[in-house]
Amino acid sequence: MNSDRRYPEAVSGPFEQPPVRFTDREGRDIEIRPYDGSEAEYEPVVEMYVEFDPSDRAQGIPPGQESRVRTWLDGILAEDCYNLIAWDGDTAAGHSTLVPDGDDDYELAIFVLQEYQGAGIGTHLIESLLGYGCSEEINCVWLTVERWNHAAVSLYEKVGFETTGVESFDLEMAIRIAEDD
Amino acid sequence: MNVLVGVGSPNDSPAAIERAIRRATRVGNELTVAILDPETATDELEATVTATLDEHDITASTRHVAGQPGSELVDIAESEGFDEIVLAGGQTSPMGKITIDKTVEFVVLNAHTTVTLVR
Repeated sequence: MNSDRRYPEAVSGPFEQPPVRFTDREGRDIEIRPYDGSEAEYEPVVEMYVEFDPSDRAQGIPPGQESRVRTWLDGILAEDCYNLIAWDGDTAAGHSTLVPDGDDDYELAIFVLQEYQGAGIGTHLIESLLGYGCSEEINCVWLTVERWNHAAVSLYEKVGFETTGVESFDLEMAIRIAEDD
Repeated sequence: MNVLVGVGSPNDSPAAIERAIRRATRVGNELTVAILDPETATDELEATVTATLDEHDITASTRHVAGQPGSELVDIAESEGFDEIVLAGGQTSPMGKITIDKTVEFVVLNAHTTVTLVR
């Protein structure tokens, strides 16, 4: 993407650090913790994306077939990425991820399974991911979002993201979580 | 079918350019490749186009287009009777998100011809 991306000057945060445990607005006990790379965690994450409502896809992700889901996940669950999973027992309810952009900064994305949406899980997933990133010495994070997705844009603004570009169908937003070194 | 392929939107990769040109040959018997001159890398673009045409034995005329690439493409398609515009269908972010640049958006919204975005 653009290496000349602009970031806000002001530092946002501090944010909560994972693991985070809370009761969501539907009364479910949710735990958010870093993905551990095990088979026992990988398969439920695949399952979450296989069950993902196609109408909630954005900009081509998550992909639509299990084989494509696995290929895509292998890229973003790699060791140079930072991943949090929101668990309801053994069920993966949500996922947030930071993927290196090759330019010292990270692209963020967040996914919440339909039946877990609107219960406060997304806010915890994004805030704890930013806290996680900050503890891993990441300074700046960006994302793109379809510009008609007002719910997502509001969530990003709430935690401190600012709109930094309107490419076409999508907005680019960025946040600073630490001063430059 | 008279098909106009536009290459050279910011970040069009050589692979995307090759896909777009090859896809265009499936619908068009008359092919024109418009190289949208960006500020840099025009030689690289031209080399990619030439290599693709040679490798797959495709006959096409190529031309350079200056100015606003989106509006130039739409204008050429209309004034010269093209039936379809073919473009590479967007870049992929590190996350795997597809993003569509301003040139592609302009063509999709303003062309009177069919527009094909190749993935």
